[in-house]
Amino acid sequence: MITIKQAEQEIIEEFSIFTDWLDKYEYLIELGKSLPIISDNGRQENNLIKGCQSRVWLAADYREGRIYFTADSDAIITKGIISLLVRVFSGRTPKEIIEIDLSFIKEIGLQDNLSPSRSNGLVSMIRQIKFYAVAFAANK
Amino acid sequence: MELIKDVDSIRKLFPALDQKVNNKSLVYFDNGATAQKPLSVIELTDKMNSGVNGNIHRAVHELSARTTELYEGAREDIRKFINAKEREEIIFTPGTTASINLVANSFCQEFLKRGDAVIVTEAEHHSNIVPWQMACERIGAELRVLPVDNNGEWMMEKLAGILDDKVKIISVAHISNVLGIVNPVKELINAAHKKGVPVMIDGAQGVVHCKVDVQDLDCDFYAFSGHKLYGPTGIGILYGKREFLDRMPPWLGGGDMVGTVSFKKTTYADLPLKFEAGTPNFIGAAALGEAVRFVRSIDGDFLKTHEDELVNYLTNSLSSINGVKVFGTSANKISLFSFTVEGVHPTDLAMLLDKMGVALRSGLMCSEPLMTKFGVTGMLRASLAMYNTVSESEYFIDSLKRALKMLS
Repeated sequence: MITIKQAEQEIIEEFSIFTDWLDKYEYLIELGKSLPIISDNGRQENNLIKGCQSRVWLAADYREGRIYFTADSDAIITKGIISLLVRVFSGRTPKEIIEIDLSFIKEIGLQDNLSPSRSNGLVSMIRQIKFYAVAFAANK
Repeated sequence: MELIKDVDSIRKLFPALDQKVNNKSLVYFDNGATAQKPLSVIELTDKMNSGVNGNIHRAVHELSARTTELYEGAREDIRKFINAKEREEIIFTPGTTASINLVANSFCQEFLKRGDAVIVTEAEHHSNIVPWQMACERIGAELRVLPVDNNGEWMMEKLAGILDDKVKIISVAHISNVLGIVNPVKELINAAHKKGVPVMIDGAQGVVHCKVDVQDLDCDFYAFSGHKLYGPTGIGILYGKREFLDRMPPWLGGGDMVGTVSFKKTTYADLPLKFEAGTPNFIGAAALGEAVRFVRSIDGDFLKTHEDELVNYLTNSLSSINGVKVFGTSANKISLFSFTVEGVHPTDLAMLLDKMGVALRSGLMCSEPLMTKFGVTGMLRASLAMYNTVSESEYFIDSLKRALKMLS
């Protein structure tokens, strides 16, 4: 399996072909539409991350030392960005997740969406991913 | 003085309108949240910050005298603006929320007893719900709610059923920040006064879009904010009838609100200073006076015609888009439109429109009970001001269609 850094690099390359914001957002919308929907079981209250405006659900499954994430949102662009996060983080060990300092969001020009003032739940989602990693690391 | 009668002349006075956002010319349609400021307000603020600055009401020196004059001059201009009877009835506060909290604390301490009731409507901003809820919880009183119908209009026929002897005050919005409907406040005030119940009006949106005459309305309290009325943030007004303000205890204690102080007993200053404890935002207050003078320099008939034109254009063009549902339909509509699009999340639309240079509000808009009533988790809101144009509205509608196409 490729490293988190390599997964980030892949995404950066995919986005490098887009020259204007329009194409970039169209791609995110496509990703949002194709992200496997979280199971009904996963889309429950205790997996809900409260952003101000769009709702984000995040479920984590810990198997053989690795964490597998599934996620969903009721807003499609948010869901597109989430799909990138799931792609980067899912199947990693808690240690990898705790140690990584994410850079691809900034590289592909979506850092605005990660500002806490945008209140779209993404900042909370990354925080929650890290919490899961810390919790699973402590319980193993 | 010659009154301004055209939108181009108005726009020239607002430097913030002439900027690029995300490489697009800004279309600022979030005026219901806060409005941009005209040059006269900016210049007065600068002038005071860079020189005419001395604490008011306290010293004999020249700068203090000049700021005190600007502060009290603003009070007088604001009195005229809403046609209050006396300057003592105009209290400077940090904003609408603070004004409502002042009344919910001070009025309720004097007049609300255990078992009494307060009425609000279903279409209130959280700022006109929570302070009353807190007062009712503290005192052991009941918060009653006048419902709105599916168009967002008050169900006046339900008022008689909840307006009994227990009700000590009613607090309602002049114009809802979500629905943009000018509510029949005068009718409600008349009905309330027949029962001897005073009425507070949340005028945060109302004072911007209506000519307010508090004596004609005969409201007992009227609250508004400076920053939605082309003035600065952190300053607002509470108008109250003297008969109530005189009988209400001070809410905050401190400098400027006292008569004499000793450790045994403090006496309080007369109105309006009784309610202006501590150093007030005197620069903000003076600049709000300037904002009010600005509004008075615009021709009233022009404002009416211009807003009608914007309302007609947006009503027709929004309703022609498939799946769009506008909340709040009435003959008394201002240029504020909250809507949803079937199958599309408002946040997605707001994000794409932001990229196109259009600033809108999305989300619950501080009115969760109303969202619950309409069964939605959020809306998108376009709220226009006197400086917005039909051509900006056309760009907004085109951008909205483009965003919807991307999301479909």
